Formats: sequence, C-alpha cells, structure tokens
Amino acid sequence: MSWDKIPTSIIGVKTAPEKGEAKPPRLITYRQAILEGLTTALKKDKRVFLFGEGVDDPGGVFGTTLNLHKKFGKNRSFDTPIAENTLTGLGIGAALGGLRPILVHARTDFMLTGMDQLINHAAKWKYMSGGKFSVPLVIRAIIGGGWGSASQHSQPLQALFAHTPGLKVVMPATASDAKGLLLASIAEDCPVVFIEHRWLYDRKGPVSKNPYVVPLGKGIIRKKGKDLTIAASSFMVPLSLEAADIAAKEKIDVEVIDLRTIKPLDYNLIQKSLEKTNRLVVADTGWKMCGISAEISALAANKAFGYLKAPIARVALCDAPTPASPALEKAFYPSSKDLVEAIRKIYRYGRKK
Amino acid sequence: MSKLQLKNLKPASLKKIYQGLIKIRKFEEKIVSLYPQQQIRTPVHLYIGQEAIAVGVCLNLRKRDYLFSNHRNHGHLIAKGARLESMLAELHGRIGGCSKGKGGSMHMTSQNAGVFGTSAIVAGNIPIALGCAFASKFKKDNRISVVFFGDGAVDEGTFYECLNFAALKKLPIVFICENNFYATNSPQKVRQVNTDIYQIAKHFKMPGVCVDGNDVFEILKFSAEAIERARKNKGPTLIEARTFRWKTHVGPESDIQKGLRSEKEIWPWKKKCPIKKFVQYVTKNKLLSKNDLDKIDKKVNAQLQRALKTALKSSYPKKTDLKKNVY
Repeated sequence: MSWDKIPTSIIGVKTAPEKGEAKPPRLITYRQAILEGLTTALKKDKRVFLFGEGVDDPGGVFGTTLNLHKKFGKNRSFDTPIAENTLTGLGIGAALGGLRPILVHARTDFMLTGMDQLINHAAKWKYMSGGKFSVPLVIRAIIGGGWGSASQHSQPLQALFAHTPGLKVVMPATASDAKGLLLASIAEDCPVVFIEHRWLYDRKGPVSKNPYVVPLGKGIIRKKGKDLTIAASSFMVPLSLEAADIAAKEKIDVEVIDLRTIKPLDYNLIQKSLEKTNRLVVADTGWKMCGISAEISALAANKAFGYLKAPIARVALCDAPTPASPALEKAFYPSSKDLVEAIRKIYRYGRKK
Repeated sequence: MSKLQLKNLKPASLKKIYQGLIKIRKFEEKIVSLYPQQQIRTPVHLYIGQEAIAVGVCLNLRKRDYLFSNHRNHGHLIAKGARLESMLAELHGRIGGCSKGKGGSMHMTSQNAGVFGTSAIVAGNIPIALGCAFASKFKKDNRISVVFFGDGAVDEGTFYECLNFAALKKLPIVFICENNFYATNSPQKVRQVNTDIYQIAKHFKMPGVCVDGNDVFEILKFSAEAIERARKNKGPTLIEARTFRWKTHVGPESDIQKGLRSEKEIWPWKKKCPIKKFVQYVTKNKLLSKNDLDKIDKKVNAQLQRALKTALKSSYPKKTDLKKNVY
C-alpha cells in the first residue's frame, strides 16, 4: 500500500454527525481502535508484520492484537523468545530488508533491556549512514500502573525516548488518535516509539471505520479557553478535561491542549495558546525531573517569556519509583484534583483578590 | 584444502583471491602511513593479519547478499566490493564518504555491496543481520545474511539470543566469529569458560565449525558450505575462524610498541601471515608466478593511489549538514 494514499485528518474523525447525517458516530474503545489500526496496516501493506512476547496469546496484549495471527497467519503476527534487545535489532534488520515491523512490549519497562538496539542502533542508523538507510520500525510501548503493578510494570519513559535524537515519540489520548497516529507511525520512515496508556484502553470515542492518518507533530485543542492553558498528553488529557470542567464552575476558563506527539513537539500550538491565556500548566504522565514537563516549561519560559503572567506549574510524577500499595499509588499518581489545585494557584497568581 | 578441491580453483580465481588479500593489506597499511598526518581523524581498528577471513567468505557471496560488520570493518567492506574512494573519503571526514562523513571508520556502508550500515557496539550488528535474514525469508528473495564479529561479541547475551532465533526460524544467516583471542586487551581465556566458540552452535542445533582463519582456502571451503546451507533454506551455521590481529585494538601502532603484548606472542602469528601462506602455496605449486603477483600488486597500488586522490578531492560537509539525516 502506498501510505500517502491514506487520507490525512487533523481531527481524526468527526465528533458528531453533520447536518443531514442521521447516524451518530461509531463509538469504539481505545484498545479496539488499536486493533483496528493494526488490522488495517496488516491488510493494506504486505510488508507489515507484528511481533513480540505474547502477541498471539488468548489475551492478545490487552486485546490489541487479538486473533491477528489467525487472520493474517503466523508469518505476520507471531510470538517471540523473551529477548527484547535481539527483538529490537531484528526489527531494525527487517526494516533495512524492506519490511515494516511493529514490535510490541506489553510493558514499557521490558524495553529497557533493548535500549542498546533502540538508542545505539535504531535511533542512529540513518544518521550514521549519512541518510542512506532508514529504519521504519514501530515499537508499541504500554504504560500505566495501578493494582500494585509497582516499579517494573508501569514506567512512563517518554522523556528517555524523546531525549534521543532519531526517535519519534507518540502518545495518543483518544481512541480516534490511537488508530490514526498508529497508522501514521507505521507510515513513517524512522523509528517511532508509540506509547499507549492502559487506563485509556476502555475509554470509548468516535472512530471512523475507514483508514486515516493523524499526522505526527500536530497537537490539538481539546477544549478552548481563555484564562489558562494546560498542555497534556496521553492519560493526562482526560484528567485535564475533568479538571477544566471543575475549574469552569469557579469561572476559570481553561484551554486544554492534547500534544498527541511528544516528538516532534507541536510547541507552536502551546505558544499561540499562551499568547492568549498567559498562564501555563504542564501535565505529563512521566517524571518531573528532566521530563517532558521540564522541556515544555523551558521552551515556554524562553519563547513566551513576555506573555507569561504567572510561573509555570507542572503536574507530573515525583522523584520516586512507582510504589505497590494502593495507599502509595494514590499519592504517587496525579489526579484531576492535583490539576485543579495547580489551575487555581496559577490562575490566581498576580491577581488582586 | 585438499588437492582435489584446489584443482577447481582456476588461475583467475587465485588471482582474485590474491587481489582481495593484498587490497585489504595495502588499504590498511595506507592508513598506517597517513595516520600521523592527522587528516584521518577517526578511530581506526585495523584488519591486518585477518584478511583471509573476509576474502574467503566474500568470494562465496553474491553482491545482493547482506554483510554486517563491526568496528574492525574495512576488510569486510573491501572484500564485499565497497568502493575504496568512498571509504577513504569517509575516513577523511568528507561529504563524498560512504556515510557522508557522519559515520567515520566505524560506520562504513555500501549500498551496492550489501553493507546496510555498520555497528561499533560489540555484538550490536548480530541482531540486525538476523533481521535482514528474517526479511529475506519473509520476502523469499534468496538473499542471505553474513555477520562478522569478534570473540568479544561472544561475551554478549544477544549473540546467544540470535543463534537461538536463527535456528528456531531456520533463517538464512551465517555467523562468523573472527576469534583473535582479544577483546581490546582482555584475553579470551579470562573472559570465557569455554574458549571453543564453535561448540556453542551445538546447543542451538546448528553446525559449528572451527577453521584456520589464516588459511584462505579453508575459509573458502567452509564458508561455501555454510552459505549454500543458508541459501537452500537449511538454516544457520556458526563458523569460528581463529586468527590474530597484528595491530593494537585501535590505532596504527602495534601492541608491542604499546607494551601490551610480547614479540614472542605475535611472532608465530606473523609467520602464519595469511598472505604469505597463500603466496607460498601458489608459487610452490606453480599455480601463479611471481610476475602474476607483481602485476596484481602494481594494479592494486595504482587503484589505491587513484582512490585516495579522488577521496581527497571531496570537500568537508557543511555546517548545514549537521542536522540532516536524523529522521
């Protein structure tokens, strides 16, 4: 399949039927949207194959790869040895050999044993060869803890990946984006780390049945507002929308930006928003220290300095590994309440009471 | 190699072998002579002493076959048919280099010769070669993958993972371990409990052979078998070729100069020089004359001279090239 023949859609899909359209939009879950995206890619492009630990097991990696091996055969979707570094290298080699591999890790944590191939090789292969050899490899990385998943089954490592030149990092927040961004990632000619959040898997949204790509590097405003901007990604997007609803009751009009891709980062969208709202809260599922929220804050401090009327607030993880106890998990993961507090603080800063 | 098989090698083939060996030797010696001028500003891991392995293996390969190499890659690329001028330009950091001056000595490439990138992380090239072999099998394009690595790579976990996966999926790949008994300066015997690397193949239910890495005929024979096996979809082979590097791990000096190894250790290997061994054999058996060899020497000298001249005509990359080719 020629990937440029798939229509590009900034919105991904219409959120409501247009006038004259009787049918309401089809609602499916984030996990179904990923399965649908994979099915489309496998069907349309013979070069695409899917591999990773347990992709063909009855659970189908949280249901996202369910029965693909039955539909497309064991050549196209197969289980592998527990050898993440080798699997990553295999993906690179297969990509060099003209295929479009998709490697699945049920937990992002497992990717860490494959860092040599990801960072030393995949990310640099094109550069080291003077642009001669591209590595169109998609790595699906699943984040999100809870239920005592603890330190090694939950890590949001987007900052680690985004720190490395040569990698693109995608973090869809909605079902529609999960499909459109996945297809766009498969169409890319470079390695893409595609980060899915487990807490989004059951969320439903309108998703077009037809294939479409959501271009990488384009954020989207999920809610317009004039008082304050939240720049969020992945699971922090629904949380931010919840927080914005609560803030609205206090007459604070919050604009919520969904970054969609961490790298390339659509900073311009944040900048434009800040020129209007003058206040910024950054919400990230990852750690604060040297994290995505730090990068966005630095960019805003540098490029929007003259517009800012308050310090930048960050809602992200504290400098501790993920704990197991539900009591500690509650303290560890930011909630919409934390966001509301940040909103209030930044909104009130410098205003006469 | 038995006399019977040698009969099959016509003078033209013998000349090809000699040309291959001498081309690598002279290329590396050229680097040694140029290095003090500090125009080659990239770490060089020289292949002198190990030439027979690259030449023997590559003579059995097709142009479209994949070759993956490591930090000590010059010999492999030359043997596979990479262009000398682009390699020399790369060494000199020029835009006309095979990797546009972005790779240097450790990341040589040659699209025409099937070298789709080179890794300088020990064992880092093995899973990538595996991936190309996977792609060949997937596409049924009859290409095979050959990967060269040192005894140091056998310390790494991915080596075993790759043997397992290749055997599991019967991939068209040949693993060639150039055992020169050292990883940088660490001797093999302080790193590995079983120094017979070829025996590892047994665990993965694939053939493992140990060959004299300084005997080009032996390499030719055993690699031909392994390559044919891969080509016929019969699965992978592990070849351990025992050899010795004359130079230090990195740089143009020898380990004797650096005080790392003794004359006593290196001398027996120099006596077993793969080129000397070949020349002695072909002249003693009157297969090639001294005149034949001289002609090839001259031809290679001229070729190298021309290549260097062309390479140096290429300019340095521009500042604006810095951020190109990242994605």
